[in-house]
Amino acid sequence: MSRLNDQNVALAKEIIARYPKKKSALIPLVHLSQQQNGYVTEAAMKHVAELIDVTPAEVYGTATFYEMFRFEPTGKYLINICGTMSCALMGGHDLMHHAEHKLGVKAGSTTDDGLITLQHAECQAACTEAPTLQVNYRHRFRVTPAEFDELVDDLRAGKLDGEIPPHGTLGRNRQHIPADRAVGAVPPEQVDGAPAWVTIKEEGS
Amino acid sequence: MSDHEHSEHDEQPEPDTSSADQEAAERGEEPPEPQATDAEADVPADDEQPEEASATADDDHAIADETQGGEGADEEAPIAPDPDAVTITVNGRAFAAHQGELVINAAERAGEYIPRFCYHPRMSSVGMCRQCLVEIDTGRGPAIQPSCMITVAPDMAVITDSHTVERAQEGVLELLLANHPLDCPVCDKGGECPLQDQTMSHGPGESRYVEQKRHYEKPIPISDHVLLDRERCILCDRCTRFADEVAGDKLIHFIDRGNNTEVATFPDEPFASYFSGNTVQICPVGALTAKPYRFKARPWDLEQADSTCTTCSVGCRVSVHSSRDQLLRYQGVDTGLDTDSVNLGWMCDRGRFNFEAVESELRLADPQIRGEAGLATSPWTSALSIVEQLLRDASTVALLGGARSTNEGAFAWAKLADALGIEHRDAQLGDGLPAGVLDLPRATIDDAVNASTVILLGPDLKEELPVLYLRLREAAVGGGTKLVEFSTQETGLTRYAWKSVRHAPGMGATEVARTLADPAMAEQLASGKVVIVAGRGNLAASEETALAALQAARAAVPEATVLPALRRGNVVGALQLGLAPADAAHDATATLQACADGKVDVLVLLGADPLNDCPDADLARRGLAGARRIISIDTHPSESTQQADVVLPAAAFAEQSGTTTNLEGRVTDVAHKVTAHGTSRPDWMIATELAARLGHDLGFASIAEVTAAIVADVPGYATAFDGGFATGAVPALPDVSNHEQIPSGYDFRLVVSRKLYDRAVNTVMSPSIAKLNIGAGARVHSLDLPRVGVDDGTDVKLISAKGSVVLPLIADDTVQRGTIWAPFNMAGADVTDLVDAAASVTDVRIERLT
Repeated sequence: MSRLNDQNVALAKEIIARYPKKKSALIPLVHLSQQQNGYVTEAAMKHVAELIDVTPAEVYGTATFYEMFRFEPTGKYLINICGTMSCALMGGHDLMHHAEHKLGVKAGSTTDDGLITLQHAECQAACTEAPTLQVNYRHRFRVTPAEFDELVDDLRAGKLDGEIPPHGTLGRNRQHIPADRAVGAVPPEQVDGAPAWVTIKEEGS
Repeated sequence: MSDHEHSEHDEQPEPDTSSADQEAAERGEEPPEPQATDAEADVPADDEQPEEASATADDDHAIADETQGGEGADEEAPIAPDPDAVTITVNGRAFAAHQGELVINAAERAGEYIPRFCYHPRMSSVGMCRQCLVEIDTGRGPAIQPSCMITVAPDMAVITDSHTVERAQEGVLELLLANHPLDCPVCDKGGECPLQDQTMSHGPGESRYVEQKRHYEKPIPISDHVLLDRERCILCDRCTRFADEVAGDKLIHFIDRGNNTEVATFPDEPFASYFSGNTVQICPVGALTAKPYRFKARPWDLEQADSTCTTCSVGCRVSVHSSRDQLLRYQGVDTGLDTDSVNLGWMCDRGRFNFEAVESELRLADPQIRGEAGLATSPWTSALSIVEQLLRDASTVALLGGARSTNEGAFAWAKLADALGIEHRDAQLGDGLPAGVLDLPRATIDDAVNASTVILLGPDLKEELPVLYLRLREAAVGGGTKLVEFSTQETGLTRYAWKSVRHAPGMGATEVARTLADPAMAEQLASGKVVIVAGRGNLAASEETALAALQAARAAVPEATVLPALRRGNVVGALQLGLAPADAAHDATATLQACADGKVDVLVLLGADPLNDCPDADLARRGLAGARRIISIDTHPSESTQQADVVLPAAAFAEQSGTTTNLEGRVTDVAHKVTAHGTSRPDWMIATELAARLGHDLGFASIAEVTAAIVADVPGYATAFDGGFATGAVPALPDVSNHEQIPSGYDFRLVVSRKLYDRAVNTVMSPSIAKLNIGAGARVHSLDLPRVGVDDGTDVKLISAKGSVVLPLIADDTVQRGTIWAPFNMAGADVTDLVDAAASVTDVRIERLT
């Protein structure tokens, strides 16, 4: 069943109601479908099209613009290894080569157990920390082959469950923001410093 | 290249809007003359450059004075001073542009054609291809800008011929060509390709690109008719924009936008638009090709003639293309931005691809006479002798049909009918409205799309008059026109309607009166001009019910003008030129009844197939069985020709010249392009010959004389040939004020209406579109299924007072609860067995079979 489930249809209707035009809910609903299935299925795109009264081709055309929507079955963890200039110079390609051996899959595919999808990425905006990778879009800096192995072992052992939510949950994180964390909870003139949930890591700390 | 200089040149105008208004004959032989429709355009246009329709749509002054159609468009209009003129300079010469006009159009009117791929005058500008870069100086120095995205401003200086512009345009072309395969010799578009032409005229001459080009699987089908070659695509957004803006069928879209953008459909949803063929016509490269034309001809071998599509009564201007005496394709023609264009260059797929029917091997080639072994081929002389004898001996003759003919064919037969004293005559088959509807104050299509309110009483225009649907859709989406729709089920225009009212079949009049009396509605109706589109939406309800609704609407808005949505090709011409019944006692229904009663000796079917096209199937069967002799004059074999005693083969579209009248009353040319099939003859010639044999002189012996006789005999037509709108003497509308509406008493009330693709002869004889009909079935709202107690798709028995039929019951939520909708004239069991032409509505009971 890759259409939106009943629970998500209810949520979808709530999301649609936030916009003056139904069509505006297209991207949030595609997020929702990716959250449900781990990737965006054809059936889900058709379902989204029905919900917001557009054609499936419009959903497809819009969604495929976005790199972070996946249209093939994707593992619980999506590992993106950067291969752009700084990372390439600092061993990014070697890291990818190592990762392919470690996982036993080529870049762009998913391990047999359906846990990890490996893929190339372009610049992840952390050139000073090359080579970098992301696990479900969470950065890992200056990754050595040994650290990669450890990362994979930890993922398989479930040790990182608390830190790294499954692939496709970005959409969920954006729904239902508690009142105290919502934008506009504090009048602009009273803002002093960054919001409480933003933690800035000092270098070396 | 030099060998083909002429043909290359001739093909250079883009086929979509292009040479539209050029006389085709000229086109084949000599380079087209630059069109100087404006006084300002005294600068001779560069001979190398394509001409397109000039000026913008808001050019009201031109519209008022311009005539339309092939012959009138080139005449010079009187020049009125334009109060909104904006003075710009184009390459140093002053030019009066229109307020709000795009630079690309203004420059073209000033005689400087700017190359372009994505820009299309009938769609919004997107600035996708960047080919139209020119230098524009608005006081801050010249800057390179896309001329399709910039509107003129006072004192703007436009430079189209500088070295900078040349370099910019060459650069864009070089980049467009980087990924474009140079397979012109095997590409269908080669020879009429804007990319090829503009590479020659504005390109760099050679490419520096030596790398491997991209490769895709090709071609891939995106619809039943259209194939896509993604390697050739230059991503101009024309097809996708057409699907979105013009057709409203957003079934193709750019996917994977970025480095790998391509045009695609959703994986399992083809571009099943009624208008898909237009994308092929407007594609500026060979990326989209139409299956019926692929690899059939090279453009320079094509002969062209401007003509008018007669598939339905909209009368789209088309260009008929043939090679070696074989029809190969039709293209839509746009008579120009400053003319009152009927179809803006668009066509529906049914009209576009039914040229195959003309070329069909099943065409009637020779006369046939019924002998002991059935119909047998015979020479014309013997067939005509027999027809002569039959007509001589008959005391009562009836004539049905004529709407398939040209004006000349219909007129000649009307004259013959007059000479023979035929009273029973009708160009319709009980499936339209009485001819008197043509005498109501008439609206044109332009009136409708410029009206503030359009009241839709007719059929589903998307299914019956597709290009009229496009025009009204555009008006509703983009303009200030509000659509008020009255229908028995959801239609193509429902989603664009300002107000869409459902009424039970046969109960339209009440609902129209009630809705139009509403204060908010009255305010809207009072806000500007109102046009009523009147037609027959339901073939299972009588003419009177449709007329009563029309009368109710006219009573509510007395000053409203009426656009008659009668469907058949030249039905308006045929009715106005003398093939309208004098009264209801002589119309098609009455004629068939008279035949059934044995009162008719000879029934002449002039391109009519009552067995398929009459809404009352039983009446048609009894009529044809009851007529003593049947003479059928037709292009293709049909169920009705099979019943005939003499069959005479008639020339089809593109096989005869003449004129046709569209639903507005606009009279336009029909071109003779290919030799008539077999020994078939035009209708007028058959009528003239028969008249001579019977001792009557109709007063004409050539097509030109028939046309002249129409001008002389029919007062309403004299001006129509000069670009006016035709009127004709038609009987007054019957009085329906006593019409009584019957509330539904049975379980369900029946709606029978047409789909675009049905068993019409031109559709079934065209392999490309023959299989697109949805098949017979009875559709009910899904919530009505439990009431019947069957599942979706189960065969059930439908029973009316007239008869019964077994059809699958299909769930369809566009159907109103309590009604059954069944498409007309589909393969499978005939729903018209339920319809009684004498009854006002058709109530139906559904029985389970088990």
